[in-house]
Amino acid sequence: MNTHVRAPGDLDTNAGVRAQGGPGMSIPVTAARDLRRLVVRDLRRETRVLDALIVNTALPVMIMILFVYVFGGAITTGSSGLDYIDFVVPAVLLMSGGYGAALTAVTIAEDMTGGMLDRFRTLPISGWVVPAGHVVASVIRNVASSAIALAAALLLGFRPDATPADWALVVVLVTGYVLAMSALAAVWGLLVSSSQAAGAFSFVVLFLPYVSDGIVPAETMPGPLRAFADAQPLTPIIETMRALLLDLPMGSSGAVAAVWIAGIVAVCLPAAALLFRRRTSSGR
Amino acid sequence: MNVIHSKSFTDSIVARGLTKSYGATPVLSGIDLTVPTGSLVALLGPNGSGKTTTVRILTTLLAPDGGTATVAGHDVTREGVAVRRAIGLTSQQATVDDLLTGRENLELFAGLNHLGGRRARARAQELLERFGLTDAAGRLAGTYSGGMRRRLDLAVSMVSEPPILFLDEPTTGLDPRSRAELWSVIRELLATGTTILLTTQYLEEADHLADRVVVIDGGRVVADDSPAVLKRQVGSERLAVRPARPADLPAAAAALATYGAHLDTEKGELTLAVQDPDHLRRALDSLHAAGIAVAHVELRTPTLDDVFFELTAVAA
Repeated sequence: MNTHVRAPGDLDTNAGVRAQGGPGMSIPVTAARDLRRLVVRDLRRETRVLDALIVNTALPVMIMILFVYVFGGAITTGSSGLDYIDFVVPAVLLMSGGYGAALTAVTIAEDMTGGMLDRFRTLPISGWVVPAGHVVASVIRNVASSAIALAAALLLGFRPDATPADWALVVVLVTGYVLAMSALAAVWGLLVSSSQAAGAFSFVVLFLPYVSDGIVPAETMPGPLRAFADAQPLTPIIETMRALLLDLPMGSSGAVAAVWIAGIVAVCLPAAALLFRRRTSSGR
Repeated sequence: MNVIHSKSFTDSIVARGLTKSYGATPVLSGIDLTVPTGSLVALLGPNGSGKTTTVRILTTLLAPDGGTATVAGHDVTREGVAVRRAIGLTSQQATVDDLLTGRENLELFAGLNHLGGRRARARAQELLERFGLTDAAGRLAGTYSGGMRRRLDLAVSMVSEPPILFLDEPTTGLDPRSRAELWSVIRELLATGTTILLTTQYLEEADHLADRVVVIDGGRVVADDSPAVLKRQVGSERLAVRPARPADLPAAAAALATYGAHLDTEKGELTLAVQDPDHLRRALDSLHAAGIAVAHVELRTPTLDDVFFELTAVAA
């Protein structure tokens, strides 16, 4: 009784339904389609939650106005000699995308509570597509948030000096940062046991830019904070963006930023997939 | 439809000696379970008896510490993917996406079961009709009533037309009407050949739906039989009669003597075990024939407590 023998002449109307990818479809194609379905689900959910929409659309504009008009008058940009708006735009672009990306921890933690997890686990899909779906949807949403923040900056008087190639690199950098934060958030969301705890991650991501070279020059900070600012990933990412947008010398920051982003993504994406699988096989 | 696919097995679910502990706490201490293809077996037990743990092992969500289990002929620990393709699961909490409409939920999970776009839409429509959700199809699932959520949940579990369905306490927390509606949906699934393992805390539910009832308590099977046999073992329903005039009690007792009535002078009532509806009718007829006016008649169903009391007493 261990093999599934079908009597000759039996019509299996379900064969195509349950076959892993349907007839003639390779596993990567199937996984890509599953991923697309989960991304669409996530984006659809977004449009139905008012506060999520506000986070992604109004918040970037508000942060930009806050920094340019409220703090802008009081902060000097130190030895860089830049206008404050030019100085702060890269950090605000990252904050705008980063906050929403951090909320990926919450959306993924919500999928891990209740029976939704069991539902996903009993589906004939690869385990990694569920966390990946959240991450990809987060990248789409939050890169859009950064774009909104950029539009606000241009309206408020930000005048970049960048070639199309520079712009392309800025897009890559922002997308990479949002991807890295989303992947990190996914790992956090899979490690904690409640969506409240998952929400704590957004404070970390929101706080990091303050202790970087992004909002005030790191040279004005006391020693230990300055050391942290110089060592953390946001400083090289922001400096690279400044160099690209304002046509300044980049130095080594571009390479350092790329290593940080690639490193976080390379560690966190597989970790998220692994954790997702672990959460259920040993779970309650 | 499903009949064809499940035909090849005599028993769709077979578990032998399943054990599982969480830390030092044993949850299952050797569960044996057989669900013949096309039948419904109810796993009856109180909270914490191991029902959900058993279901989680059989649906590949949890690895057992010991014992073996095959579902649709596939080993649950070694052939998880094959098992998952043959099963649908409805967990204790209704698991639908509250921020999607009923139709979107069905289309999403139809897609994730690899039905193509047009087939996914057709399947969603078919299930909405079958589960009485057509009018609510365009509303967010978060606005559904408890009964509607359960039905949507069950519909989602059925998108891939699994030949084997696991229902973990499907009616817990539902009002009587929603429960009855869900029961009729479950009966329909059974009629189309789906094999079902259902867990419940309600004896009545097991009695209504199951071909066979497996009673578990403390991670052990304490009984495994048809509902009829179980009820006989536990004792049937009891009829309690109170005459309008207390003075009629002795006469009533005499009239019902042949029915094995027991006189409770303290409560002023007579109780007797009911064997079948006709038996009940004849008993009441005899009272009428003896000219005794009756103030109160009550049928008392044995409760789950009675079942456990009886069965664990027998086992011990």
